[in-house]
Formats: sequence, C-alpha cells, structure tokens
Amino acid sequence: MINISNIHKTYITGNNKLHVLKGIDLKVEAGEMISVMGASGSGKSTLLNILGILDNHDHGEYLLSGIKIEHLNERKAAQLRNKYLGFVFQSFNLVSFKNAAENVALPLYYQNVKRKKRNLIAMEYLDRMGLKEWAHHLPNELSGGQKQRVAIARALIGKPKVILADEPTGALDSVTSQEVMDILTDINKNENITMLIVTHELDIARRTQKTIRITDGLITEIVKN
Amino acid sequence: MFSLDRWQEIYLTIRKNKLRTFLTGFAVAWGIFMLIILLGSGNGLENGVKEQFKGGAMNGIWISSGVTSVQYKGLKTGREIKFTDQDYKLIKNSIKGYDHISARLFLGSVLVSYKNEYGTFFVSPSHPDYGYIKEVQILQGRFLNQIDIRECRKVATIGEKVKSQLFKGRDTVALEKYINIKGVPFKIIGIFRDFGRDDNEQKRIYIPITTAQKVFYTSNVINQISFTTGDASPAEADAMLRKAKLTLSRSHTFSPDDPRAIDIMNKSEDVKRFNALFAGIRMFIWIIGIGTIIAGIVGVSNIMMISVKERTKEIGIRKALGATPGSIIGLIMQEAILITGFAGYVGLVLGVGLLELITKNMPPSDFFRNPEANFAIAVGATILLIIAGAFAGFFPAIKAAAIRPIEALREE
Repeated sequence: MINISNIHKTYITGNNKLHVLKGIDLKVEAGEMISVMGASGSGKSTLLNILGILDNHDHGEYLLSGIKIEHLNERKAAQLRNKYLGFVFQSFNLVSFKNAAENVALPLYYQNVKRKKRNLIAMEYLDRMGLKEWAHHLPNELSGGQKQRVAIARALIGKPKVILADEPTGALDSVTSQEVMDILTDINKNENITMLIVTHELDIARRTQKTIRITDGLITEIVKN
Repeated sequence: MFSLDRWQEIYLTIRKNKLRTFLTGFAVAWGIFMLIILLGSGNGLENGVKEQFKGGAMNGIWISSGVTSVQYKGLKTGREIKFTDQDYKLIKNSIKGYDHISARLFLGSVLVSYKNEYGTFFVSPSHPDYGYIKEVQILQGRFLNQIDIRECRKVATIGEKVKSQLFKGRDTVALEKYINIKGVPFKIIGIFRDFGRDDNEQKRIYIPITTAQKVFYTSNVINQISFTTGDASPAEADAMLRKAKLTLSRSHTFSPDDPRAIDIMNKSEDVKRFNALFAGIRMFIWIIGIGTIIAGIVGVSNIMMISVKERTKEIGIRKALGATPGSIIGLIMQEAILITGFAGYVGLVLGVGLLELITKNMPPSDFFRNPEANFAIAVGATILLIIAGAFAGFFPAIKAAAIRPIEALREE
C-alpha cells in the first residue's frame, strides 16, 4: 500500500538548512496497522506530512497504492488526498462553524456528492460512532473524545485506503484514548483500512501490529507487538 | 461554480461575521449611492440648463441692430444702426446654406382688445419662416404664410396665453375672430404654443411684417434678422454668420470687429459651450464616483484579507480533505462578489429612490430639474460592481489558495 525508499527532506529557513529526513525506507502492506514513535524533532511528523501528500519530499521514491507521488500540482495532490487518504489530528481540526454532520460530510462535498445524499451518509457514519444525537451540535459543544470520533467519521467517509493519524490521543485522557484506539482497531480489522499512527505513548503504540522508531531522521528500530 | 452548496458555505461565513460584513458592504453601498446621486444631480443640472434653451431652433442665429462703439472710416462712435428691408434681402442673397430666414420688427408691448377684454401683449411682426426659427407649435389654424406677406393681410397668429386672457374661456372658438391691435382689427388665423420659459414668449402675437410696416407707419425699418443654419457643420455655420456680419458692416459702414454695432445671439454656439461644460462635469463626477467606489473595494479586499488570515486553519482543513486551489479561489472570490454586488445593489436602489423622490417633490427650478439616473447608468454601475467585486476578491483568494495545509494545521 505504502512503499517509500530513500526519502530525504530538508527545510531551508533563511540561512539555516535543516536535514529532517535522511533516507527513510518503509513498506506498509494493505490492512496493516503500524505506529510511528520518536522524540519531538525526530522527523516523524514530517514523514506523516509527506505520506499525506501535504508536503513534498526532496529525494527518493514514494508509491501510494502503486501511484508514483512526484511533482504533483496542487490540484492533483488534493484529488489524491480526497480519494486515498483520511486524516486524524491531535487537535481534531474540525471546522468550528459547522456542526458535526456538516464536518463529517465535508470530504464528500469535494467529491461532488449531492447535499442530501451527503448528509444521509454522514448521519450513517456518525451513528456508527455513537454520535447520532450530537449530529447538529457545533464542535465546541462536544467533549474531546466526541470531537475525535467526529474527526474519525470524517476521515472514514471518503472510503480511504489509508488513514494517517497524528497523535490522535494526544489531547485525550487515558480512558478516552483507549476508546479511540478501540474504534481505530475495529476499523482496521473490519474494513481492512491501512493505518499509520504517530504517537509518543507506549501503550498506544503497543496496540498496533508494528512499531517503527525514528531517531534523527532515520528508522532505527522496527518492533512487532 | 455556482452550486447551491457554495452559496450555503458563503452564507455560513457571512452569518458568522455579520457586523464586519455589514460595515464592509456599507462602504460599497455608500460609494454606489454617491455615484448615482452625483450622476443624477449632474443630469438634473443639465436638464435644467437645457430647459433654458427651449423655444427656438438649436441652430438659430439672431442678429439685432445696435449702436456703434468703434470709430470706423472717419465715423464717430455712438451711431445707431438701423436695419431695413434692404438688409434682409442682402443677407438672404449673400449667405448660402440657411434653412429659414426672417426679419422682425419690435413693436414692444401693445394694447390689444377683443370686445370688452383688454391686455398688453408683445406684437411681433415677422416673416412666415419665423415660426420655424422659433419652433412654435401650432395648436389650431396656421402660422403666417407668403400670401399674408404679399397681400399685407391683417391676420394674426396668437399665443395660447393671449387667447386664454382675451377670450376668458367663455368663447372657446377664437379662430376667425377679430382682435384690435392699436385700434386696427386683425383676424385670428392660428393659435400657437411656445416652449420658451419666458412668459413673454407665450404672450406674443405674430402678424405679417409687411402689414405692420404699412399700418403702423414704420416704412421699411426692421429690427432683427434671424436664420437657421440647416444641417451645416459648426464651421460652416460660423462662415455664414461671418458673411452676414460682413454684409451688414459694409452696407452700414461699421467696423466688422465692433461688438456693439450689431447684437448676435448664436444658439448653436451656446449649446456647444454648455455641452462641453456638461461633458466635463460628467467626467468629473465619474472620476469622483469611481474614486469613492475604489475606497469601498479596498475595504472589501482588506476585510477579505483578514478573513482569509482568520480562516487559515479552516482552509488548511479543506485542502487536507481534498479541496483544490481552484475551489478555494472560487469560494473567496464569490464571497467578495456577493458582498460588493449585494451592497452595491442596495446603494443603487437607494440612490435611484432618492432621485425619484426629489423629482416628484421638488418643483423644477431654473437650473435644476428632473434629476435622473437612466437605465444605461444603472447597467454601467452593475457591471462596474461585478468587476469591482471580482477585483476585491482576487488577491485574498490567491493568498488563500497559497495556504499550505501543514502550516495551517500545525499546533498552535
């Protein structure tokens, strides 16, 4: 599903050059659920951005579901994100003036799905997350766990092949964190969606099949859980 | 691009920032409002002045005799110039391209009576062509004709105010009736209306010039010669006037440069001057109006810039979820066009409404009447608004499209 080899990324700010990724090789099979761990500044978020086509790599090769990701214009990148990828963020990143259902339906808007159909599907996904009664509430009326479940529903609605989660439990207490992980594990098992979770919590990482440790821009350890 | 969903998205953002959107829109509405009011006032001013030109052909030239003010060929100043039938014939033969030509005698205010009704009116002996030069409208009967001139008939074409004053409405048929002018009976052959604003122009009685010369013992004297220049160009009309001046100066021995020897009223010259003046005023108004609108547009653009800044995160989310740069640009520009378009339209309607109110309730004065914003102005303003809106939205939209999702979604 994901196949990257020798990925390099350097950030240039003024006169400073920051070599963040120094040749990453990684292969993720379809249906795998893996976690990425590393100290802050190790390059794990950068890796996730490149995998999410939110950022370009400088060198190396990236194949997503067999498609070579290279020199894409923004339009093409947006379409690939919409079709193949779902995102879950630490800070949820819900649109504040849209209610839960509208937030969930947003990816379908960019797939040109008709409004009525879109809202119907969104309700379905919210129902699966146990949030049907909260569909018409704004994000600031929801708890952290509820917000993250809305975000997961939004990531799922586009029927992605890969879900990329950046510290999905970072802003949640331990009980809620475990609930969110239950949901992600379920989705991985039942829908066979490939999942890549960046985390710094060991007990979260242990719930995935494989844990990759990144140190200083290189993969230093791959552990099977 | 114009899907209902897009409008819904825009509606949501506008609803979230009601006051800000209102204030921005107000600037645009004010700009258009001022433009409409200014243009309407310009038109009112123009209509008012044009009204002053009514009652007389736009291409008419009137030459009256005066008193010399320049020494010429040994003759001293202060000499009174007196036109005669001879001058009328000379001018008629010397200038080429005129349409209508007439001589006129000034009798001034004259006592006129019908049965027991009396009144003083301006009796104006002239040739039949004067009806065309003055552009009177015949309501009943006819104006003077050549036979009246040749046979020195005692006939009169009277103004409608003369009729209403002498006949007091009790006798509606005035044609074929006889009125007394200085004790001489004249048969009424026509009633006319003059569009001139001066009351004297309505209270006028035209009689054949030849008749007047005979019965009022003025022999061959005339006071004024007037003609229209047909469809001559301004330069050709000028040449005609010069020729007429030269002819008169030769026959009466006065300097052709003497400004007082003869008195010239050249309507086409006045009209031309005023047209140039109003073209200038109109251009001035457009410049000021567009300046005001630009201030409004800069406001919209500014607010959209801030809005984009505030919505950086939201736009980042949208892009992560699959929004293309094109769809982001469309979203921002459409919002700007909507705000400018709607606010501008409100300004347009208010402006036109106020002009209507003024037109209805304000009596037309000498220099201001019927201020109007015509259809062309409204269409022009609408097109201007849409272009302005697109312009206002363009730079913020480009900025929004350039937002990088990773930066937008980075932890605060």
